[in-house]
Amino acid sequence: MTKPENMMTWKDLEIGSIVTEPGNASQYQTGAWRSQRPIHDFTKCIKCGLCSIFCPEGCIGQNAEGYFEADLFYCKGCGICARECWTRAIKMVEEEE
Amino acid sequence: MADKVGIEVSVAIGDAVKLAKADVVAAYPITPQTHIVEHLAELVASGELDAAYIPVESEHSAMSACLGAAATGARVFTATAGQGLELMHEVVYVASSMQLPMVMAVANRALSSPLSVWGDHSDVMSVRDVGWIQMFVENGQEAVDNVLCAFRIAEDRRVLLPVMVHLDGFHLSHMIEPILFPEQAEVDRFLPPNQYPFPLDTGKPVTMGAFAPPVIYSETKKAQEVNIRASQEAIIECWQEFGDAFGRYYSPVEGYHSEDARVLLLTMGSFSETAMTAIDKMRGDGKSVGLVRLRLWRPFPFKEIRQAVKEAEVLIVVDRALSFGGPGGPVCSEVRSALYGEAKRPKVVSFVGGLGGRDISLDGFETIVTRGMEIAETGSEREFEMFGVRE
Repeated sequence: MTKPENMMTWKDLEIGSIVTEPGNASQYQTGAWRSQRPIHDFTKCIKCGLCSIFCPEGCIGQNAEGYFEADLFYCKGCGICARECWTRAIKMVEEEE
Repeated sequence: MADKVGIEVSVAIGDAVKLAKADVVAAYPITPQTHIVEHLAELVASGELDAAYIPVESEHSAMSACLGAAATGARVFTATAGQGLELMHEVVYVASSMQLPMVMAVANRALSSPLSVWGDHSDVMSVRDVGWIQMFVENGQEAVDNVLCAFRIAEDRRVLLPVMVHLDGFHLSHMIEPILFPEQAEVDRFLPPNQYPFPLDTGKPVTMGAFAPPVIYSETKKAQEVNIRASQEAIIECWQEFGDAFGRYYSPVEGYHSEDARVLLLTMGSFSETAMTAIDKMRGDGKSVGLVRLRLWRPFPFKEIRQAVKEAEVLIVVDRALSFGGPGGPVCSEVRSALYGEAKRPKVVSFVGGLGGRDISLDGFETIVTRGMEIAETGSEREFEMFGVRE
């Protein structure tokens, strides 16, 4: 794997800043942008997966029990999942400093 | 041996692109560039050039198509002028930042408004800082030679940058001149196939032109700056090898009776040829005058400029573009900046003229030299003077 971006010097870059390692966007922590965080209430979740379909980041997947949950490394906290959830199983809460 | 033919310079550029065996030409016709791409369309339609000709709907699309074609490792050519260059501007910057080799001939044209299809360097200056290698040619032979050199420079593994070959619209693009065309075999020896190292390949995927947050953007720009600056070595080497193969040598800065001259003119582009005739006449009148012609505009040849003018007392720079509200001529501004730190340097005087297709005649250059020497003597409160404007 190449160096993380914050360790790279200009000499480490490929010509034209071409990225030769496919899929390295997965290293980018978009979760750092978040000001609100989704809390999933599994007592209300019916495992319909609607939140996962609507998530623009594609970061909601099923856990071992089949409940849907956001990966907080990528979740930007947009709140679309909470808005769309029919059973109101998702609540957005403020991120603490 | 090469054939010498009388031919329009635009058509000759098309023939040079054919000799270079371009794979893709994507272009939109615009005066005064039209004859270049018209001829290329004919060459492709008749089967004389085995290339894909993409007739796009705008210059923005032309440059976008070139960018995509270059990413596949194809040898790519386009041409434009004036407003066309403005319209493709966004993608022009992307091509150099992605380090995609290609060649673009620019038949320099004044920018609107008022509408002018005639030549000056205002379009050149609008793309001054886009990161392309940029060179100027003064006549048809230089245009043909430097289109061939431009492909080799652009595709050089140490460079990998797009190259603009600037020729003055009408004053050069529409001239019929005697031009020596090299044989195909000679060109093939001089210009090996493009070996772009990351051609688009589904078996070996890469990401080009990706997103860069603040944590990495500065590093990408530093890499780009170091790269274009270093390209000067490959450019000089290419011109040397071209000279060895074809007998015509080019340099970033070229002098004409400049070495012992007390007063130097500095020009860029085809009116350098008129300036040379003016120098001959003034030399005949016993004046110690010479000419310095700037061929390589980017990367700017700082060392060569300093070397070329250091013995002169007065340096008169004639620009064909304005920097409105700024220092006047963009070329002069950069030359001044290159000389500022030198202990021994000539007095620099700036003129702007030849805008929107207006000629600067032989007499005009004489007047510029006389007035320039006056200003050097007495000083001037103005940053520059416009030449040949009715007051």
